[in-house]
Amino acid sequence: MLSYTLKRLLQAIPTLLIVITISFFLMRIAPGGPFDGERQLPPEIEANLEAAYHLDEPLPMQYLRYMGNLLQGDFGPSFKYKDFSVSELILQGFPVSLEIGGLAILLALLLGLPLGVIAAIRRNSAIDYAVMGTALAGIAIPNFVIAPILALVFGVLLAWLPAGGWNGGAWPNLVLPVIALSIQQIAYIARMMRASMIEVLGSHYIRTARAKGLSESQVILRHAIRPALLPVTSYLGPAIAGIITGSVVIEQIFGIPGIGRYFVQGALNRDYTLVMGTVVFYGALIVLMNLLVDLAYSALDPQIRYD
Amino acid sequence: MRLKRHTLIAAIALSSATLAGPLQAQTLNIGVMGELASFDTSQVSGGVWESQILMDVYEGLLKENPKGEVLPGMATDWEISDDGKTYTFHLRDDAKWSDGEPVTAEDFVFGWQHLLDPKSASKYAYLLYPIENAEAINTGDKPLDAIGAESLDDGKTLKVTLESPTPFFLQLLTHYTAYPLPKHAVEAYGKQWVKVDNIVTNGAFKPVEWVSQSRISVEKNPEYYDAADVSLDGVNYFNAEDRNAAISRFRAGELDIIRDYPSSRYQWLKDNLPDATHLSPMLGSYYYVLNNREGRPTADERVREALNLVVRRKVLSEQIMAGSFKDAYSLVPPGTSHYDVQHMDGVDGDYQERLAKAKQLIKEAGYGPDKPLHLQLRYNTSDEHKKIAIALAAMWKPLGVEIEMTNAEATVHYQTIQQGDFDIARAGWIADYNDAENFLTLLRSGVGNNYGAYSNPEYDKLLDQAANTQDLDKRQQLLQKAENVALDDYALAPLLFYVTRNLVNPALEGWQDNAEDDHPSRWVSFTE
Repeated sequence: MLSYTLKRLLQAIPTLLIVITISFFLMRIAPGGPFDGERQLPPEIEANLEAAYHLDEPLPMQYLRYMGNLLQGDFGPSFKYKDFSVSELILQGFPVSLEIGGLAILLALLLGLPLGVIAAIRRNSAIDYAVMGTALAGIAIPNFVIAPILALVFGVLLAWLPAGGWNGGAWPNLVLPVIALSIQQIAYIARMMRASMIEVLGSHYIRTARAKGLSESQVILRHAIRPALLPVTSYLGPAIAGIITGSVVIEQIFGIPGIGRYFVQGALNRDYTLVMGTVVFYGALIVLMNLLVDLAYSALDPQIRYD
Repeated sequence: MRLKRHTLIAAIALSSATLAGPLQAQTLNIGVMGELASFDTSQVSGGVWESQILMDVYEGLLKENPKGEVLPGMATDWEISDDGKTYTFHLRDDAKWSDGEPVTAEDFVFGWQHLLDPKSASKYAYLLYPIENAEAINTGDKPLDAIGAESLDDGKTLKVTLESPTPFFLQLLTHYTAYPLPKHAVEAYGKQWVKVDNIVTNGAFKPVEWVSQSRISVEKNPEYYDAADVSLDGVNYFNAEDRNAAISRFRAGELDIIRDYPSSRYQWLKDNLPDATHLSPMLGSYYYVLNNREGRPTADERVREALNLVVRRKVLSEQIMAGSFKDAYSLVPPGTSHYDVQHMDGVDGDYQERLAKAKQLIKEAGYGPDKPLHLQLRYNTSDEHKKIAIALAAMWKPLGVEIEMTNAEATVHYQTIQQGDFDIARAGWIADYNDAENFLTLLRSGVGNNYGAYSNPEYDKLLDQAANTQDLDKRQQLLQKAENVALDDYALAPLLFYVTRNLVNPALEGWQDNAEDDHPSRWVSFTE
């Protein structure tokens, strides 16, 4: 198990290198640069800017410079948010995104899994239809619709909770963003759990378990749920990586200082260093989450063993 | 040397000093449209929201009152030489940084040198180019100490020499590019001086906390010379990029002011929050660039005239944009100091007559049913720009003009139109300082922001003359004449003037709408 983990981590290095290289050059191919805007700058000022950020050097040279700095753990300064380095921005924003995203995933699992199991057991009943109908709506309504409605109802009309703001992560400020972020996840997880549960309940070993005379609750709790969790687990890997790195929509609507917005704004501003920083960070997180998923697999399914 | 004393300005200063009496101490919460790029004024990216924060924490030689009028700031008075090229500023005795150190003329020289230093790579360094040798320093041709600014009398006097007389120079000094920098703090902390823990400022407030992408907090600066007259204890600037969400936060009482609410919400806000909804003219022009380059259909003046004739600007401002813009018939907006609004000929008479004339012009230019006029219209992606583009395409349709619309994110849009690859393109300009020249430069030959490559020697000559004219009335005549030359050439299609859109808690005092949309928080207070 340990040697497998180490092997996977080593394999991640070339993967990340390829991701970094492709992103670096793709970003430069995109038309426009970090200093293009509504106002065209006098040529001498543009030259000063390019020299200050080494953008006047040949591209391969810039690439080597970037990789050299990266190896020393230096993501470089942000082109846009100049009082902060990219590392500072990520370090300041990630804990916030992790807190909101982590709570959202937790809520999604706590609600989504039982709902999926109940819907599967009571297949084609009123409960099933209600759960699946709601889940479908949850998937269909995007969070940029749900979030402002939540803010309007609970923040403005009822005035139970703040309509936005972070306030150092005080719990009233967490409630609405976490709900807004988790609704879609609850829906996905419930649907996935239901489908996989139905499949498992139709398999031979469940029939055997029933034939042995086990009670229905024992069948489900001891034999059905564990294998049914496998598809949800493989979904959770990339999903968690995506959610804990923030959501630009949720962050902007609720004014939360996470890192989700950097993915979008960095690209729109052609903030090269910030984009690269977020790509490296997200890439590493995906690799890590996928590894955790594979390790969780072996815990859930005795047939899967890594040596 | 004859001396001019600015008694009028001093009088305004006295009268507005009574505006903000100390009331109940409070913190003001402002929702701003984006994130500040830096507390280092040489690194600012040019957003309107950035000047709001910077003008609260720093103060230049001159400052603005709630109406946006110029007042003495760090300088109490000044003299201008007869040739208009030398300015001598006398700094106030009680000018201090937030750590108690005195603000000296040396801090101004240092700040301007820092801005012009090629190594700072400042985007707005060109705003200081009227100062002698500033441009040469910025291009690396001259050393930093060649700057035409000198500290005299132990830092109590600042003598500034200009390249040529610049009638708007005093206006320019209220811009953040002309703020001083705390030389002693920069020397003590190096590049880290901008960090909230190290920074010292000389304005009414000083920064105390910065949660990136969420909030910047400042508190009253006790060392500020006028601190006794500053009513607020502090200000929080919340990053409110999602402006619809900001409206919810305003309604929930979490924000006291929202700068620049979305135009699409104007009607709703006016109906539901009438006391809080502000809208007033602003120094900004929304126009379509017409490509004057050889080989483009729009290089033909008849085509440009026809396109201008059939635009129904009132429909655009009042119906399409629901009153959240003003209709424009010229480039330089109303509210510009020492300037009367000009008017493009024939663009607001009887519509049928205009249409008939435009059709005739298009025919004369050689277009008709067999050879329809096909034009490429580019705009930067936004709902607002899209609405306007669609409306204009419909207005031009009766001329038999086929419009091909292309939109792109702003970075790509501006790069494309700078290269000249378009017939018609959306553009806008918000004044850097209150002067017509700032707009008229947009049509000067060879200037980077002259996207349509309009070029008329007569126009350039008039602008040159105006630049060398000291007499403000004569200068006004020259500038107005220049604009008329361009309007007679139908150099561009003026469409709309921007307006300031602010939501302001009615319990606030000391807030006034103004064309610059500058609202220093030091004048603001809460009523009981």
